[in-house]
Amino acid sequence: MKLLILLVIVLGLVAAVQLSKVYQLSMSLRGKREEDISEADNRLNGNLWLAFMVAFYAGFIWLLVRYGDYAPPSASLHGEAVDWLMDFNMLIIFVVFFLVNTLLFWFSAKYYYRADRKAQFYAHDNKLELVWTVIPSIVLAILIAYGLQTWNDMTGEASDDAIRVELYSKQFDWTARYPGTDGEFGLVNYNLITPLNALGIVTEGGVQDALKEIELKIAKVESEIAYEKGHLIAEIEALEDKLHGDHHGHGHDEHADDHGHEGSFDAMASARIAEIEHMLASGKLTILTDAAYEAKEDKLYRLQRHRQRIMETRNFTYGEDLSAWDAGKDDQIVKGEFHLPLGREIEFVFRSRDVIHSAYMPHFRAQMNSVPGVPTRFKMTPIISTDSMRIILDNPDFDYVLLCNKVCGASHYNMQMKLVVESEESYEAWLAEQDEFLMKEDSEELEEEKATTEVASETITASL
Amino acid sequence: MGGQAHHHEESFISKFVFSHDHKMISKQFLVTAIVMGVVAVLLSVFFRLQLGWPGESFSILETFLGKWAPGGVLDRNAYLALVTIHGTIMVFFVLTGGLSGTFSNLLIPLQIGARDMASGFLNMLSYWFFFFSSILMISSLFVEGGAASGGWTVYPPLSALPQAMPGSGTGMTLWLISMVLFVVSSLLGGLNYVVTIINLRTKGMSMTRLPLTIWAFMVTAILGVLSFPVLVSAVVLLLMDRSMGTAFYLSDIFIGGEALDVTGGSPILYQHLFWFLGHPEVYIVLLPALGISSEVIATNARKPIFGYKAMVGSLLAIGFLSFIVWGHHMFVTGMNPFIGSVFVFTTLLIAIPSAVKAFNYITTLWRGNIRFSPAMLFSIGLVSTFVTGGLTGIILADSALDVNVHDTYFVVAHFHIVMGMSAIFGMLAGIYHWYPKMFGRMMNNKLGFVHFWITIVCGYGVFFPMHFVGIAGAPRRYYESSNFDFLNGVMDLQPLISTFAIVGAIGQLFFLFNFFYSIFYGQKSVQNPWKSNTLEWTTPVAHMHGNWDGPLPKVHRWAYDYSNPVHEEDFVPQTTPALPGEVMH
Ligand code: HEM
Ligand SMILES: [Cu+2]
Ligand SMILES: [Cu+2]
Repeated sequence: MKLLILLVIVLGLVAAVQLSKVYQLSMSLRGKREEDISEADNRLNGNLWLAFMVAFYAGFIWLLVRYGDYAPPSASLHGEAVDWLMDFNMLIIFVVFFLVNTLLFWFSAKYYYRADRKAQFYAHDNKLELVWTVIPSIVLAILIAYGLQTWNDMTGEASDDAIRVELYSKQFDWTARYPGTDGEFGLVNYNLITPLNALGIVTEGGVQDALKEIELKIAKVESEIAYEKGHLIAEIEALEDKLHGDHHGHGHDEHADDHGHEGSFDAMASARIAEIEHMLASGKLTILTDAAYEAKEDKLYRLQRHRQRIMETRNFTYGEDLSAWDAGKDDQIVKGEFHLPLGREIEFVFRSRDVIHSAYMPHFRAQMNSVPGVPTRFKMTPIISTDSMRIILDNPDFDYVLLCNKVCGASHYNMQMKLVVESEESYEAWLAEQDEFLMKEDSEELEEEKATTEVASETITASL
Repeated sequence: MGGQAHHHEESFISKFVFSHDHKMISKQFLVTAIVMGVVAVLLSVFFRLQLGWPGESFSILETFLGKWAPGGVLDRNAYLALVTIHGTIMVFFVLTGGLSGTFSNLLIPLQIGARDMASGFLNMLSYWFFFFSSILMISSLFVEGGAASGGWTVYPPLSALPQAMPGSGTGMTLWLISMVLFVVSSLLGGLNYVVTIINLRTKGMSMTRLPLTIWAFMVTAILGVLSFPVLVSAVVLLLMDRSMGTAFYLSDIFIGGEALDVTGGSPILYQHLFWFLGHPEVYIVLLPALGISSEVIATNARKPIFGYKAMVGSLLAIGFLSFIVWGHHMFVTGMNPFIGSVFVFTTLLIAIPSAVKAFNYITTLWRGNIRFSPAMLFSIGLVSTFVTGGLTGIILADSALDVNVHDTYFVVAHFHIVMGMSAIFGMLAGIYHWYPKMFGRMMNNKLGFVHFWITIVCGYGVFFPMHFVGIAGAPRRYYESSNFDFLNGVMDLQPLISTFAIVGAIGQLFFLFNFFYSIFYGQKSVQNPWKSNTLEWTTPVAHMHGNWDGPLPKVHRWAYDYSNPVHEEDFVPQTTPALPGEVMH
């Protein structure tokens, strides 16, 4: 089959070459040259420009009619202003688009080459050029002024009674956080992220949990390193060398009080040898390549650094003022879908765990990147509830979505969260049902919770 | 170089491989760029199959991509890798290295009356850096984990962390090294072009008599020399973040179940550095195309280019402004809104010189005597795409509007039309127009006509509907957008777009065949087939070192005395002295 296709291609190529040669032969017999484009060809191409123009405009109009108002109606206050601005810009663009393209295609069609004509020698005209420098300048000045006014309104400070919501991104989902009854978001620190504390909220319980988590990891890597056969055997050999080989040399010229040290060294080495032999006999050993072994040691180092950073968070924030530590306890964390009240100003804060994502809510004309290490903000006021939008769009299944709009990896295209806009009462009711974060400080309770979320956390780590 | 032309036998190697001759180097760039272009188009067809018919199985995908398209369905990571390499190759290898490398090399010495580039050796090095950079970029497609996949802008942390996606492993390293080589090539070339234009103009070739091609190439080279080094810094810092534990771009990152030991860096810093090159880069791509079309349009309309001084002035203005607009790519990164306003202002300023250029092109056609060579068709097409695509730039430049369309298909539509189509059209126009100068033979016009009409119809067919997909809210770099209820209304455009893309790609066979066939069998060219004024057509058809047999030509007039009523013929080569009493322009 593949051979057949190849054959067809080769034959086709040969045929094309032969045809072209015949064509060329006939040209040279008639004394024709490529650069002398015939009047018929010129006229044909001129007319094709007209045909193209008609087809182009027809296509454009078809698209406009069929897909033109597909932009969903704006569901936010600033979005309405943005849509007005967009329409104004579009109007100007349409006019210029049709004007300039029409002139271009029309002149092309009209002035095709005829041997008996000479083009008009028209090299410049300062007045004309001034006109088409000044007119665009004026139009652009208007566009800039109008655009910047909208921009300033959109990006000004949020009002004091705005509701604050944090949107937290990671590969490949969103989490929303509400500040709870105290109206304050708890502090966060990425070093404290654990399966139970996905946002890394700083509380005493959070720090304990993170420490516990890291100790477990460290212990695991340490034991893996401890049970590494190749390196254990190497260690025994080194120890035995020290015990038997070097021993004599030392004894001669060292003073008596050094014997104490040597004695304790011998004892320690023997104990270690016994321990290793015990391990070797146990059969739990693994054999790693040198590279893998080094990677383990490297990992151990990084984990230890991580532990140190967790400890530092404690030194850093733990002062007389405990409020920062408490602010996070009543934060409410929601996944899957989040709700907003109709008609209230919302100030979003965006944070990211891993790479840059972008929170995009097309129905609200809202977008802001979410950048690791650099929190960003965006404010908006929803003005159409989900229910009303369902009626407007005549689609009972309609839902607002929050999308990710900055490429962030394999599942970028599917990183979304549902957004529900509803009356303030329903919103309050929904919010009241959401759990408070409250990282438990009692370690026993913690253990219990961990046991129940073990499965969940395992899958989370696997997907990280 | 310099002095008399010398004829002596050369070995194959020094003639075709390590040539110092600008004409040969130009052809080397061109052929490499065509090969890269074919790869990039193929990649786009592959991912357009997935976008047009998501989840459907195409055996051709499995044949070409193997484990990246198991069962004939493109893998999600492979999708991103293809998009990234497609964009990278198109922007850098075809339209920067390829376009400038081919035409700056060919035309600068020929049109200013120089025997060669200021340094033939650096020129050769420039090509070989380009060549190895191309090889590296292509080879990155075959490494474990696949090629770089974070988009052609390779934003960190995604590109900095191998844990973040498979393409951020070896593939990313190769991408970065390839780009460093590419920049070296570009700098060697650019310095050479500027020095040559400034120092080696022949007698009488004052700056105000330079053809617009040369002005465009010079501004382009200056932009490159000033902005590419910034890209190198960005890339080197990224390499260090990847392999030396620095944290220029990284801060507070938890990934792969591990809190990284990084604080204090900023991913946004990378974007500033990248776009400080990135925006001038789009003009590095576009300006040579505009220069080529100015030349082709004047020659084939048999009219002087309208408003030569305004054309030069707007080139310079665009060149200058392109350095102070980069922030328009970053309106939604959380930048200070006031700084955003400044970038809105500077960006919209660029529309003024651009509008002047467009109007001047159109006036050049008015009352012309237009000969529709394939080159002319492509140049007129360029004016159309430049206007159509440029206009949507007004929307993207307006920060309040960009918030809603940033990173959607609207952007894909905008930049493909204004930069992709325009620059490709300019490049093709240049190839058709100067083919006789490069190969001493003519390309077939009839095939050229077919090629052009297929290309413009399919080009607009692909990219024009994307505006509507974008306004409906479809994000770019999505493996699939059919999983969103609110986009259902525009999704039936996807198969249409993909069909145009496939037909358009097949249409390029008319060009490829014509190009390679004519090298061997095309009609032999005469010295000045297009009856053009510029100096390159005073050189003999057969290539020779030093370009002119005997002394260098002397220039007496500008390049645009077409249909000058004082003269009998409708063209007056630049070497023609003034007639008694003639008023010179
Ligand atoms: C052969 C015709 C072409 C087709 C069908 C095509 C199609 C596409 C599509 C659909 C995308 C977006 C994919 C996505 O966002 O998921 C894309 C991306 C891109 N294309 Fe093209 N394109 C073509 C030619 C060109 C040309 C001539 C250029 C030169 C400027 C170009 C430059 C780019 C760039 C820079 C990107 C962005 C890559 C990224 O997102 O990182 N393309 N192309
Ligand atoms: Cu994302
Ligand atoms: Cu830009």
